[in-house]
Amino acid sequence: MSRSWRIAIVLGLFACAVVLVVFTAMAYIATSPPTVSYLDSQPPGATVHLVMQTDGVVGSATGGAAHPTWVSYRIRTPKTHAWTHTTLVYLPAHSRIDVTIYQFDSGSPLRNQHFGMVTGTIGNDAKLNGKTFKVLNSYDTPNGQGVGHTFTVPSLGINVPLEGNDTSKKTFCTYGPCDPATQLHTKTTFAFTTPGVGNYRFQCFIPCGGGRYAGNGGAMQTLGYMGGFLEVRA
Amino acid sequence: MSEDTGFQPQSGAGAQPPGPGRTPPAGGQPHHFRRMIPIWLALALACDLIWWFVVGPHVPPGDMSTSAVGAQFDFNVLFLAAAPVVLAVWVYLAYAVWTWRASRADAPEPVGGPAARSNFKVQFWWIAITTVVVLAAFVFGTVELIVPAGAGGAEGPNPIWKPTAKHMLVVQVIAQQWKFTYRYPSYGGMQTNTLVLPNNTWIAFHVTSLDVIHSFWAYQIGVKVDANPQLDDVAYTKTRQTGTFTVRCSELCGIWHGAMFDYGKVLSKSAFDHWATTTEKKQAVNTKYLPPFAWTYSPTANGATGATGVNTSGQSPFSPEQHYGATPARKLVRSSLTSTATPTTGT
Repeated sequence: MSRSWRIAIVLGLFACAVVLVVFTAMAYIATSPPTVSYLDSQPPGATVHLVMQTDGVVGSATGGAAHPTWVSYRIRTPKTHAWTHTTLVYLPAHSRIDVTIYQFDSGSPLRNQHFGMVTGTIGNDAKLNGKTFKVLNSYDTPNGQGVGHTFTVPSLGINVPLEGNDTSKKTFCTYGPCDPATQLHTKTTFAFTTPGVGNYRFQCFIPCGGGRYAGNGGAMQTLGYMGGFLEVRA
Repeated sequence: MSEDTGFQPQSGAGAQPPGPGRTPPAGGQPHHFRRMIPIWLALALACDLIWWFVVGPHVPPGDMSTSAVGAQFDFNVLFLAAAPVVLAVWVYLAYAVWTWRASRADAPEPVGGPAARSNFKVQFWWIAITTVVVLAAFVFGTVELIVPAGAGGAEGPNPIWKPTAKHMLVVQVIAQQWKFTYRYPSYGGMQTNTLVLPNNTWIAFHVTSLDVIHSFWAYQIGVKVDANPQLDDVAYTKTRQTGTFTVRCSELCGIWHGAMFDYGKVLSKSAFDHWATTTEKKQAVNTKYLPPFAWTYSPTANGATGATGVNTSGQSPFSPEQHYGATPARKLVRSSLTSTATPTTGT
């Protein structure tokens, strides 16, 4: 084989390797969960009803979860009422948002009980299974199961603790998407007003990334699972 | 070679003859060093004066606290020291490029031979001046770290350099992925989302973490402290101006590290007292469920393993009397105009 052929083959292989690396990196970087839009769910100015659920195990039935054993939020699509595996939501600016979160996961005491207090909502309170509360003592919640997750938007000062469930019950949901009609859950409702246009990050403040150091990492920090954004649009 | 300086090698032994077609200048070489000195002196003086009076007052982090003022002063002094050194190099370079440019008809050959090998005077002053500059920077930096009680930097759990102030407010900074919260042991142990401080008051920051290593950086008040789990890292500063400051995590602590920031406030003493007492009342419904105040904030101490509200860390609950003198810090702040208590700091 001539020298020029050998050089051509080496350069060709090198180019293939570069293309492979770039495609792999882009496939990883560019992957994003879908976004559920609540922009057209109601007439302009009307209250928006944002419905979410937290699953202890997200499962792989819908949404093609890359990590089917991770804990995750799901967001109900306003028009179809289908549960979408994502944590990206579009919300209208300067609007009242009524939030309902069906919490299907188990619970424990909070690492920092500070996040047991409801803040940033209208009235600085929330309703747990229809009953108004301002604080959840995570060491002694109404059903004794601690706090499963929190819905916290640090930049808006919003924090709402979500009570956990008893894993020994028959109707405990073992993988998502869970069904509020038939499976064990706690229902937390609250309302807040969206600010101006912006991207507001939310996360859970009870470390729920099992198997990771200090419970963080994994689901805890991954978009589409327990970390997400409320994208407020005009 | 001239004995005055080491900058006239062409006139003495070892000087190279002019190149072909070049003639030596009549009367020998001028005293280049004496030519450079006034140029350098004028530029250095102008640069330092402009910096000190025009730029210096605006250098970050500003003047919201004693440690911020200290940091600004340090930056400015170091600039004043560094600028003449930089200008000396630039002036010499520019002078050399211009004076000894090859296109000059009478340009001497590049220096070499014995004259370039050694010059005791040049070597002596080079070593002496650089030694003085470096030692002065060392002494200045050490004094500036010690005198202002650690200059707003972390001193670990057993601070050596403590303020001698009569009045001190203790704030525990709790870092966790990805948010800071603040606990005020002098106000019932309440925990808040925002950092609010009284003006003209010494603050003792006790910084810790609930999970990984973070770093508490209150930019405009010149405080920067690493937040380590299971460690009480202490830093001091005295507020001297009301306003807003930025708090950022400055240790890469995970994917949302960049989102770990908030804004703090320095209020007048009366406004702070109003805020603190109001917030203490509001937070009381939750404060009663918080674990007893401890210098570190470990998950197990907070009952995360099921020990309801029990401090199992083995550390004593907070005692202002024990750590900051005979009078609780809360009273020190509230009666700051009349209190004469002398706190002793440290753990």
